Amino acid sequence: MNIVLRGRKVVGGVAEGEALVTRDTISGWGGVNPMLGTIIESRHELRGVSFKDKILVCPGAKGSSGWSAMFHTCRLAGTAPKAVVFNEMTTKIALGCVVMRVPSITELDRDPLDVIETGDWVKVDADRGVIEIRKAVQKASSG
Amino acid sequence: MKLTDDEKAMLDGSRGKAHQKAMELLVRYAEALDAERFVDTDNVAGVPGTSNMFLENYYKQPGDRYDVIYSLFDLDSDEIVPVPRITVNSCHLQGGVDPENWETLGAKPEALRISQAGETSAASHGIRILKTCTPYLAGNVPKRGDHCAWMESSAVVYCNSVLGARTNTEGRESTSAAMITGKIPDWGFHRDEFRFASHRIDVEVPVESLMDWGMLGYYTGEVIGERIPVLIGQYGKPDLIRHKHFGAAAASSGGVEMYHMVGVTPEAPTLAAALGPNKPAETFHYGKAERRRTYETLNSRGKDPNVDYVMLGCPHAALEQIQEICRLLDGKKISSNVRLWVFTSRAVRAVADAQGYSKIIRDAGGVVITDTCSAIGQALPPDTKVAALDSAKQVHYLPAIMGIQAWFGSTADCINAALTGRWNGVAP
Repeated sequence: MNIVLRGRKVVGGVAEGEALVTRDTISGWGGVNPMLGTIIESRHELRGVSFKDKILVCPGAKGSSGWSAMFHTCRLAGTAPKAVVFNEMTTKIALGCVVMRVPSITELDRDPLDVIETGDWVKVDADRGVIEIRKAVQKASSG
Repeated sequence: MKLTDDEKAMLDGSRGKAHQKAMELLVRYAEALDAERFVDTDNVAGVPGTSNMFLENYYKQPGDRYDVIYSLFDLDSDEIVPVPRITVNSCHLQGGVDPENWETLGAKPEALRISQAGETSAASHGIRILKTCTPYLAGNVPKRGDHCAWMESSAVVYCNSVLGARTNTEGRESTSAAMITGKIPDWGFHRDEFRFASHRIDVEVPVESLMDWGMLGYYTGEVIGERIPVLIGQYGKPDLIRHKHFGAAAASSGGVEMYHMVGVTPEAPTLAAALGPNKPAETFHYGKAERRRTYETLNSRGKDPNVDYVMLGCPHAALEQIQEICRLLDGKKISSNVRLWVFTSRAVRAVADAQGYSKIIRDAGGVVITDTCSAIGQALPPDTKVAALDSAKQVHYLPAIMGIQAWFGSTADCINAALTGRWNGVAP
């Protein structure tokens, strides 16, 4: 059965795809390679991993003010994620999601980092403020 | 959102196409933030209309190149609109290439041409060409309480914390739109209730030198993330340069946009004033172990003691730092295996030239470069393998971006490496 979380629309639209989840905040400028859509920050847990066409689930954004321009460039280069789900609102991630023009959502009723794992199938309906998650691996009930 | 008549007029197009497109972007942005209104701003710092090889190749649409890039990228508009004369007090931060040292930087003639064309257009639209990450060292010093819209994380944290002016970390698109409209979402650091500290850091080792402040800043960003710290304890009165390095480091390892230091920063006359209604959610202790760990983190990308590049001036060097570099060089020549590049603003270099500092550095074998830095410009001397840096911010970025090794230490450690070709920095 699908898990449903409710939150607030940041940027409207609907998208679905495979989740890429990280507990590390993401740097834009100096933290990603926009031509490849990969994370390059030295000690990031996703270093070398691509977010292209993924549903990116992360705590939020950090670092340089070049965040929006970097992810804007990802959109032009065709390497942007399909949607963004995040916890901590900042101007960086708000503007970045706006110019990436991808469905984005925050303020969810459960912590998406606890619910969603990399590889899960996630549908983001930002217009309705709803995300649906189909787990890749069903966990046995712990009773 | 609640829009004023002025803002509605911009949005409905009665002030012209550029105002409409700029306002449309700002409304999308404000709604993403869940802001209720805009504030007026008359101090905007960004990189308006700046192009690069990627954007030049991507946007093939006909028309004035500045209008094309400003419309399609900066305003995220699907329509090309003529950029009006900018009447809001606006400046261009770092970017492009130094027209005097573009060959040293390894820039192609085409990159220089794009940089020069953008600069000419920006200037002719009324945007001030400061070309620095330190606008506050180049004539743009907002006063306490001013609503600003600044890019550049190290300038943002300085603006909020040291000057007591108010800005969020804006991006290229929001600053370019604010330059046209004089509006920015009333959210975050524009609001009193947002500016209080949420976390406390007790500084339990003496923090004096520039290197000490860089390490404390880097530690602060690592533990604080995007929140607001108040620091209390064993620090002296940091000067402008120490604030510059502390804030830049905290904004790089974390997302610190404002800090309080009790008895030092304008909104922290006391611990209680800094915290306002908040109780610290957590208190961190910066002692010898934390300092040691931070030093090791900052040096984790250094292996080979043979240094071939020394980069100083991140954030762009103040005149006093250039003077200090001259004093440390002490009339000696740097090693033939090493390149020494010192980055600063055009304003500071003009004074450094007049003081004779630029010549001292040139005679020693180094060069003073403006407009950019090795990270922003992705420009290194040929075959660079190992850099020496006195900036925690730069050591955070440069190895990741350019795939080189890097050492972190004091300015004296770096000049020593420039003279000898060897890294001899010691842990505190």
